[in-house]
Amino acid sequence: MMERHIPHFQEELEQLKARLLEMGGLAEDRLRLSVKSLVDRDLTAVERVLVGDQAINQLHIEVDDRCFKLLALHQPMAVDLRSIVSAVKINTDLERVGDLAVNIAEAARRYLQHPPVNELIDLPRMAVIAQDMLRSALDAYVRRDTVLAQAVLDRDDELDALKMKVFRDLLTHMLRDPGTIEPSLDLILVSRHLERVGDHATNVAEDVIFMVSAKDVRHHAEEFLS
Amino acid sequence: MTVSVRPTVTPPPAASAEPVVESPVKIDVERLNFFYGPKRALTDITLVMRSNVVTAFIGPSGCGKSTFLRTLNRMNDIIPGARVEGRVRIDGRDVYDARTDVVALRRRVGMVFQKSNPFPKSIFDNVAYGVRINGLARTRRDLEGIVEHSLKNAALWDEVKDRLQDSALALSGGQQQRLCIARALAIQPEILLMDEPASALDPMATQRIEELIYVLKKTYTIVIVTHNMQQAARVSDFTAFFWLGKLVEFGPTDRIFTNPAEKLTEDYVTGRFG
Repeated sequence: MMERHIPHFQEELEQLKARLLEMGGLAEDRLRLSVKSLVDRDLTAVERVLVGDQAINQLHIEVDDRCFKLLALHQPMAVDLRSIVSAVKINTDLERVGDLAVNIAEAARRYLQHPPVNELIDLPRMAVIAQDMLRSALDAYVRRDTVLAQAVLDRDDELDALKMKVFRDLLTHMLRDPGTIEPSLDLILVSRHLERVGDHATNVAEDVIFMVSAKDVRHHAEEFLS
Repeated sequence: MTVSVRPTVTPPPAASAEPVVESPVKIDVERLNFFYGPKRALTDITLVMRSNVVTAFIGPSGCGKSTFLRTLNRMNDIIPGARVEGRVRIDGRDVYDARTDVVALRRRVGMVFQKSNPFPKSIFDNVAYGVRINGLARTRRDLEGIVEHSLKNAALWDEVKDRLQDSALALSGGQQQRLCIARALAIQPEILLMDEPASALDPMATQRIEELIYVLKKTYTIVIVTHNMQQAARVSDFTAFFWLGKLVEFGPTDRIFTNPAEKLTEDYVTGRFG
């Protein structure tokens, strides 16, 4: 039997996937560094986050460009079509995670100018969950694993609840000691950014479910799309 | 090799956003088998085609889609050794019934072929031919009216109205194909079967045919065989995927091309076949 030829198009799809994962890796890395800058009071990490954003932006454009060309030149169908459309959307979410990492690093830089008056309360826990959700969403993408993707969706509420708790705790701090208002506001911003990272991870997970099973689970879509 | 395929047939949903879906059944095929001598070319085909809807047949060469198309107006009758089992009903009447008038059947079920085949006559006479032999026009003015109307419906009138007496063979390939469509429309069929009507045409002529199909489906029931999957996706409301003489999957076109139920269909529409 003749050896099975792998069509050129499939090769291109694999390359697209590889580039998107590279993008995911960079976004994860930036996020980890930005959290480290805050938790370890590490100013050099701040600089590394800011410098690294350039690479994500370049990949963002490259991945979009690949998707455009694949759509225009191959007019893909079925799972291929869903994969490429999902890649466009996941790409945007990953780029936003990169931007949020920059925002967290900038907040950390401001925060570190003050003496550590506040404990970081639940922020490190939020960071762990957000990073976990992002990693799981990317793993689900690689393994085409809808169960794992669903698990990511299920964790989003946890993150939202923690954000509210962080806000209430910091409010108490600020009321008790107005001198902590400025650094506290930066921490509130960080909690908001981490919650947004969770939202983007959720989007990625929803796109994975769409790519694999053609089900649109966004906004409880099954309720009005039937 | 023997392959057992149970077709996935998604019936047109009763309540859908697309009103067209609820149109009445025009062609109803039940357990159709077709043989070329001892060789079985179609196995147990069961599906329904609705009025004012475009149904596309896709599948690799030799899968039986053109054979199936030709069973719908008994064009296969003329092939020696050909044999049909099962039912093809149009408006509920079995076309293989002994009492069926085959000529009348083919008048109701017009056909357009892959290669345009105008008669070596004038443009006018090509369109007028079927009208004359069927006695569908009483006066010369009637005839002229039908020819003009048919050419307009085939989106060819503006290009030929000043040279109706020129030979049809002087037209371009795309124009010849539209002339053949006009010729088919002139005898007022209810169903139009199209066997790769655009496969020999350039992209612009193809686009005109596709636009034409979109307009014509308001009046006719259209069944089209095409090798071009993008074309099937663009022009049809329902798609049937054939493979090795079997119907593998039938359903709304958008579903077949975005989320087919069968692995075979998915492999075919994504080009992973073979």
